[in-house]
Amino acid sequence: MSILIRKDTRFIVQGITGREAVNLTRENLEYGAKIVGGVTPGRAGRDIYGVPVYDCVRDIVKEHGQVEGSVVSVPPKFTKDAVFEALENGIELIVIVTENIPRREVAQMVELASLRGARIIGPNCLGIISPDEAKMGGVGGPAANTRQAYKKGNIGVMSRSGGMTTEIASTLTAAGLGQSTCVSIGGDAIIGTTYAELMPLFEADSETQAIAIYSEPGGRMEAELAEWITENDSRLPVVAFMAGRFMDEMKGMRFGHAGTIVEGKEDTTTEKIKRMEAAGISVAERIEEIPDLLKKRLEEGK
Amino acid sequence: MRFYEYESKALFRKHRLPLGESRVVRSADEARSAFEAIGGPVVLKSQVLSGGRMKAGAVKFADDADEAAAHFESILPIVIGGESARSVLVEKKSPVAQEYFVAITWDGRAKRPVLVFSDMGGIDIEEVAETHPDHVSKTHFSSILPLSPYIAKEAIGATGVSGTALNKLTPVVFELMKIFLDYDLTLAEINPLARLEDGSFIVLDGHIDMEAEARGGHKALLDELGIGEEETRQARPPTDFEIAGARVNAVDHRGVAGNVVEFDGNLGLVIGAGGGSLTLFDAVRKHGGKPANYCEIGGNPSVNKAKELTKLILSKPGVEKIAVMMNVVSNTRVDIVARGVVKGCIESGKDPAKTIAIFRIPGAWEDEGFKILRKYGVEYCDRSVSMYDAAGRAVAKLS
Amino acid sequence: MPGLFIDVTIAPEIAKDAAIARKLEEVCPVGIFAADDGGVKIVEENLDECTLCDLCLDATPKGSIEVTKLYES
Repeated sequence: MSILIRKDTRFIVQGITGREAVNLTRENLEYGAKIVGGVTPGRAGRDIYGVPVYDCVRDIVKEHGQVEGSVVSVPPKFTKDAVFEALENGIELIVIVTENIPRREVAQMVELASLRGARIIGPNCLGIISPDEAKMGGVGGPAANTRQAYKKGNIGVMSRSGGMTTEIASTLTAAGLGQSTCVSIGGDAIIGTTYAELMPLFEADSETQAIAIYSEPGGRMEAELAEWITENDSRLPVVAFMAGRFMDEMKGMRFGHAGTIVEGKEDTTTEKIKRMEAAGISVAERIEEIPDLLKKRLEEGK
Repeated sequence: MRFYEYESKALFRKHRLPLGESRVVRSADEARSAFEAIGGPVVLKSQVLSGGRMKAGAVKFADDADEAAAHFESILPIVIGGESARSVLVEKKSPVAQEYFVAITWDGRAKRPVLVFSDMGGIDIEEVAETHPDHVSKTHFSSILPLSPYIAKEAIGATGVSGTALNKLTPVVFELMKIFLDYDLTLAEINPLARLEDGSFIVLDGHIDMEAEARGGHKALLDELGIGEEETRQARPPTDFEIAGARVNAVDHRGVAGNVVEFDGNLGLVIGAGGGSLTLFDAVRKHGGKPANYCEIGGNPSVNKAKELTKLILSKPGVEKIAVMMNVVSNTRVDIVARGVVKGCIESGKDPAKTIAIFRIPGAWEDEGFKILRKYGVEYCDRSVSMYDAAGRAVAKLS
Repeated sequence: MPGLFIDVTIAPEIAKDAAIARKLEEVCPVGIFAADDGGVKIVEENLDECTLCDLCLDATPKGSIEVTKLYES
């Protein structure tokens, strides 16, 4: 099993003729993805690596039946419209790759998604991968690179950084720990699905036995995860890597993702580490410590 | 991106929020004539982006024109949080009967805007929330459903405010909610919002933060306020090195390379991507290294961009070596970055083998990249060497 | 200024072909070829941007374009 996507998940790519989307389409297809169509307004009739291009999401649904997911890779100005279009056409899982979308528009997309019972991953993310099953988004890059870094197994990975998703998976793979599903959740201040919101899915997935996360300064997402674990008495041991410790001394400066800016005391790494440790999360200072911490926690049986 | 008080007020005025008459002045003479034009007692306030003006003595009251001129002279030189005053705002002094607090910001957990209101304004809101929780209300509202004044009314009413005050406050708070959404703000705050002795309401002080990503969409307003693109409004003004970095990043649209932050050290960093840079910067410091800069490369930058970034970092006085490191890359290509940094060294008149302390970028096209590095004698490593250990190797070469 | 990492040579038989010149200009994602009064010219400052995508090779008769990795010699 895995969460969010399986081998047979049918999805589309919105903005499919764009430079990054063309790459992503090829890489996903090579990894075995079922991409039924793509959308670029005005380009209907073309095809990208055999994937037919349409003007509207509606036209794909009409021709191919309902699809489950969409990867949205369109410029920031057009992202909200593209996501609204996907939601109103019944798509339930939307991965937004685009970055630099203002918070208001992200909030609007997320609110409509929740009204429609759909889920958004991202924005500013590389998507989802269930190793040896399927991937949806640019995570891992070319299929050969993806197969080198990601192996099927029992660890769920969540990361606010797309690149670090692969770094962590690659480190786990090298240590003999495979992954159930890895989710690049996005680096913005407001995102569609947070760690705590993915936890119930991992909790219900029989394959997943432990969780590894990449965390960083800014926001309350780590605190929310800590609360969820405490309140729900989670069966899953969690190991977190905390980056950006130097930022605690540099309040108000922006480094890295839009969501990392330290506004208050609660946003600092020191405070986040404290809260996570209080909830039983093991916090690693280096990436290479993650596998041993996971193995130790798995042996202890929680 | 924070607005100065006078800019926030200009936006409020555009939306017909009640404000006292005011003038922005840049000399003692202007302060004097502002006093005369306003007629009557005024308050002079230093225009800085940081808080704590009152404590620093940069807010003063004047009863005549000479006093206004004298206060201008004493306020202007005051440096607050390392920041010099841009100008001084001279505003009509208002006889206050009661102060209120209203702010709207984003709640990242609820993923909605949150309206915070209190009938105990003028003081630290966090403190009020702790000591008088029944006098602070927090109300989330939708960012897609129609915005309606009842939301403001409920928020105000929740703190016990009723009568005329409730009816006069509601449209002001509602307008601020609209401003917050319409201009992509991350903070819209009025504190204090005052009831005057004559029963009217007025905005005494206000703060606005606009989302940096949304600047392009509000160019008309920014032009109107005279806020140029070069004004980053970060916690500190950008250095020349940082401005040059932004120029490197703008060379072409391919990928990111050049968003640099300057530090004092001797080890230049060509690192990426978003999360990788944070991880690597920590690692360098943990090993006792002294970074000359922070930066992020990613999104598959062109050879030219990576080259220009390398040249910029090598041009910084005191930088002896650079460390080129990233997490395992997916869309950025190892060979393209390798070409860029090697070429950057050569064009700076330096030997890549001696200048690049370590090259640790595993991932897409690494075999091709490693061929280039071997040819130029650059020390490199693959994913079997952790980011932390690679940073350690770089630091060791400097001492 | 020639490339430090990449060199591209065009066989004389196709260098004066206007149609091929236009095609090369179109397919190269990094602007290495420029159509120039009825022939094709190499834009030297873009040589090092070559992504080894082979699109120029696919667009021309076999053997008429050669892409050399100078770091392999």
